[in-house]
Amino acid sequence: MKRIIGYGLTYLATSVLLAGCNLIVFNPKGQVAKDERDLIILATGLMLLVVIPVIVMMFLFAWRYRATNKKARYSPRWASSHKIEAVVWGVPFLIICVLGWVTWETTHALDPYRPLDSDVPPVNVQVVATDWKWLFIYPDLGIASVNELAVPVNTPVNFTITSDAAMTSFFIPALGGQIYAMAGMQTKLHLIANEAGQYRGIAANYNGRGFSDMHFSTLALNGADYDAWLNKVRNTPQQLDQNSYAELAKPTVAHPITYYSKVQERLFLDIVDKYEGMNKAPRPKGSQVQRNSDDKRVDQQPSLLAEER
Amino acid sequence: MSNIVLEKDIAHSHEQGHEDAGSMRVFGFWIYLMTDCILFATLFAGYAVLRDSVAGGPSTVDIFELPYVLAETALLLLSSITYGYAMLAMNRNDKAHVLRWLAVTFMLGCGFIAMEINEFHHLIAEGYGPDRSGFLTAFFTLVGTHGAHVLSGLVWMAILMAQVSSRGLTNTNTTRLSCLSLFWHFLDVVWICVFTVVYLLGVV
Amino acid sequence: MFGKLSWDAVPLHEPIVMYTLAIVGLMGFALVGTVTWKRKWGYLWREWFTSVDHKKIGCMYIIVALVMLLRGFSDAIMMRTQQAMASSGGPGYLPPEHYDQIFTAHGVIMIFFMAMPFVVGLMNIVVPLQIGARDVAYPFLNALSFWLFVVGAALVNISLGVGEFARTGWVAYPPLSELGYSPGVGVDYYIWSLQISGIGTLLTGVNFFVTILKMRTEGMTLFKMPVFTWNALCTSVLILAAFPILTATLLMLTLDRYLGMHFFTNEAGGNPMMYVNLIWAWGHPEVYILILPAFGIFSEIAATFSSKRLFGYVSLVWATIAITILSFIVWLHHFFTMGAGANVNAFFGIMTMIIAVPTGVKIFTWLFTMYRGRVRFETPMLWTLGFIVTFSIGGMTGVLLAVPGADFLLHNSLFLIAHFHNVIIGGAVFGYMAGLTYWFPKAFGFRLNDRLGRIAFWCWLTGFYFAFMPSYVLGFMGMTRRLNHFDNPAWQPWLLLELVGVGIILCGVSAQALQLYVSIRNRAKYRDLTGDPWDGRTLEWATASPPPFYNFAEQPKVNDLDAYWGMKERGVSTLSHTDYRAIHMPRNTSAGLVISIFALICSFALVWHIWWLAIFGLVASVVAMVVRSYDEDIDYFVPAQEVARIEKARLKDLAEA
Repeated sequence: MKRIIGYGLTYLATSVLLAGCNLIVFNPKGQVAKDERDLIILATGLMLLVVIPVIVMMFLFAWRYRATNKKARYSPRWASSHKIEAVVWGVPFLIICVLGWVTWETTHALDPYRPLDSDVPPVNVQVVATDWKWLFIYPDLGIASVNELAVPVNTPVNFTITSDAAMTSFFIPALGGQIYAMAGMQTKLHLIANEAGQYRGIAANYNGRGFSDMHFSTLALNGADYDAWLNKVRNTPQQLDQNSYAELAKPTVAHPITYYSKVQERLFLDIVDKYEGMNKAPRPKGSQVQRNSDDKRVDQQPSLLAEER
Repeated sequence: MSNIVLEKDIAHSHEQGHEDAGSMRVFGFWIYLMTDCILFATLFAGYAVLRDSVAGGPSTVDIFELPYVLAETALLLLSSITYGYAMLAMNRNDKAHVLRWLAVTFMLGCGFIAMEINEFHHLIAEGYGPDRSGFLTAFFTLVGTHGAHVLSGLVWMAILMAQVSSRGLTNTNTTRLSCLSLFWHFLDVVWICVFTVVYLLGVV
Repeated sequence: MFGKLSWDAVPLHEPIVMYTLAIVGLMGFALVGTVTWKRKWGYLWREWFTSVDHKKIGCMYIIVALVMLLRGFSDAIMMRTQQAMASSGGPGYLPPEHYDQIFTAHGVIMIFFMAMPFVVGLMNIVVPLQIGARDVAYPFLNALSFWLFVVGAALVNISLGVGEFARTGWVAYPPLSELGYSPGVGVDYYIWSLQISGIGTLLTGVNFFVTILKMRTEGMTLFKMPVFTWNALCTSVLILAAFPILTATLLMLTLDRYLGMHFFTNEAGGNPMMYVNLIWAWGHPEVYILILPAFGIFSEIAATFSSKRLFGYVSLVWATIAITILSFIVWLHHFFTMGAGANVNAFFGIMTMIIAVPTGVKIFTWLFTMYRGRVRFETPMLWTLGFIVTFSIGGMTGVLLAVPGADFLLHNSLFLIAHFHNVIIGGAVFGYMAGLTYWFPKAFGFRLNDRLGRIAFWCWLTGFYFAFMPSYVLGFMGMTRRLNHFDNPAWQPWLLLELVGVGIILCGVSAQALQLYVSIRNRAKYRDLTGDPWDGRTLEWATASPPPFYNFAEQPKVNDLDAYWGMKERGVSTLSHTDYRAIHMPRNTSAGLVISIFALICSFALVWHIWWLAIFGLVASVVAMVVRSYDEDIDYFVPAQEVARIEKARLKDLAEA
């Protein structure tokens, strides 16, 4: 029995020590994730300025003024002090002012819709979440893959994301923040991988039976490896058109990695328009809204309801 | 109207607590109406969001007939006035007139509901039911919820008429008449908003 | 004839469910048998089921809350076990279709059927006493609210044996909760249980708002109200403003599912994201509905057990009012990741942080209440101290999640789970437990066993840290919520640690069950005849324990903030009267129960599309209401002699104490 407990404790201790390496949030592999991590540390530090004194004061006061300690001062009617009240309103207020300013700045700097500054031309990837797999379309290359995303290292990636089923969230923790995938809508996310490697990508919003298996691997590859991957995809026989897409979109759990050497033009926009095409009214004053004839409106910020204006 | 109940009750209150129950009921009913207000506000918000989501179906300009809705509105506004007469009669303690004016109000309310059902029937028959598009969904729900409120107001009114005619203008019944009065005028206010936001802005 | 209902609806193939049902059935059978054997049905009917007494209704609320706590906690144990088992690629013992129902049920039960009734129950017991009133403003409505809430709880439990519960998560985001993705009856159970109990809650909100504004005893101005009552008032305002949004939102989802409408569908112009906005426009105020009363409880306890005035009463009240207002303009922080613009996200993030200021003020006022006091470490005070530390941590992680840039990494991860359990358990539940221990002697006339209470506290506290601190780590490791199984051995030790934590909490819950049993069995020993076991400060301690059904023979006059403390200091007795007067009281009625039974029939029929039965239930409940409206014999006077007799017995008790 003792040995089992001893073994268990050792196991726990080693895993807890090893956890440092597994803390993805603290081991970012891309600039965006790194900035977001720094923000977490900064914000936590700011708040500890008030949280730690609170906890210390609690123990201090509770102990000092315990009922058995008759030496401590007892003033049962003392119940207000403008000085103390100024401090307890003032200090949290000041900290929130600083944090609020940090929030305003970083929210704009880390806006997922903001393209990253880089000399390297970005890679465009269109992401479709279906039940329960991820489809990645490379519109500039005319290829696609399922449940495997490859991106070149040190190159900004511009994701345009939609869903062909229930809402979920597109998230590669090692590279930075997530954004929802919603049917009939396009959301944008800009990430970059600064280190080669294989990172886990997940659906971060529960969307039904196959949710737990709806993950993909992200391959951040160096130039030659990336080209090799592209060649591998280009040399696969399967092609993606409306029909094969309809087949692919049927609900499956833990879909195997699949490559498509050719993708039908505008497939992504057709998937979006399937819902949204029915969405909008012909404007009464004859000013027909521009349909998806070009990709421009994707650059607009969505409104509160994440619906294009 | 609530003041009247309040005074009446204070006049013969002999113990604090439950004696001013009448005024407290009216006050509570006020509060309930405020929550109903938020319910309608939510439905209005839903309508505002979905107004343009016609999904290839008809939009506001295609289906609204202002003169018809204007007639509906007139019925409902008129019924508020006649309810006001019923309340005046109640203050005079004139049971016969209370019942008479309530009956008129009831008929006007029924007329409103009949016209609304007719409008809905007409739309559904043309294939523009609430399942046609987001816009029609929001339209039917907003207007229909108001209609359901009017309908429940009518049921309440019928019961209250029976109670007044059998038991007279007792304290309980005058409190209830005051509450229904608030409810009825409240539905008028909501309808004015519906008329403006849905119909008027819809055809402009 | 029976709509979608058939024998297939009973999950005979699910051994876990069937065993649970068998055990629940046996326990129910034993309970019914005991009551029958002891011939207590008449007593239960007369004294409890038909009661309109706010104290009894409050007790019934809390009993149901505790039962539902057990159910929700069992769900938690199952989830934690599943995740600890299924971490290295194994499937665990719960398939997704079962597991997904469990986490949905856990959330729904803990929020709607554990925390809400606990809050409402405590408000029921305490508020009228604290303001020196005879009852709430609308006693019958209060009973109706309670029974409507029971209907909701019953529906959730029926779904265990007949059909299924929703597999959508506790806020049931569409389009997943729409008919296309959730064709079963689970979401319908969800909708109707929330809708019916939500209406009950709304009526409670109206009731307490009017009670507190209109029924305070002479001399109790708004700024002489006890802090718990202030928090109850703000909670009522939140209920009044937030629950209609829930009603409307659920109505829209219902229409989508039942009439094929398109509020939140992907198709035909529906907008699922409107639901997300609406549900959180209700949902964020809802969490303050849960936490504000807990803040009130801690305020009362901190002052009582420091034997000192509450520090900064006015600050505290304004902080509460500020939180009430701010809670309505922060809902978007639940979905920064939806892709709203940076300005919108930053606005809602900063608004959320601003709430931290009044909340921080509250924590400081409790600290400075202890300062220069005489702190007695009774069990309620232990919960309060445990709360201050735990809640500070939870508040900090909450503000962190309010920073959009940080939220992008932490949203929907176990970090979020850790955060809200940190504030809901470490804040709200600790508060309810403190309140339960604190006011139990008031409600029943005897104290709870102290030793077991302390054991329960320490188990809950340590168990909580073991169960949820690893979740913060797992969140940093990129583990997302609601996973049924996964292939990452690095997560497993932390999940095992969490399971240990759950085990420790289980010890705490068992200690509490034992505490109730022991205390009730030895109630003679724990009897409190004084009515004031903790040296209290507010009016509820000025009357007997348990209070007579009319609460106060004569309504006390108040001219001080800590009204009862002031009376004790000045040596004013609340008891010695000679001329008792007749007291006007409401009569018991079965109408609330009857209306609710028909509402249950109606909603069950709606879940299963049994239209004739639904119409019958609806019409019958309306008829029951009309019948009630014809009943003029709804109140009576307690004769002065009767009051005198009860008060004399009380004086005799007091002399013996």
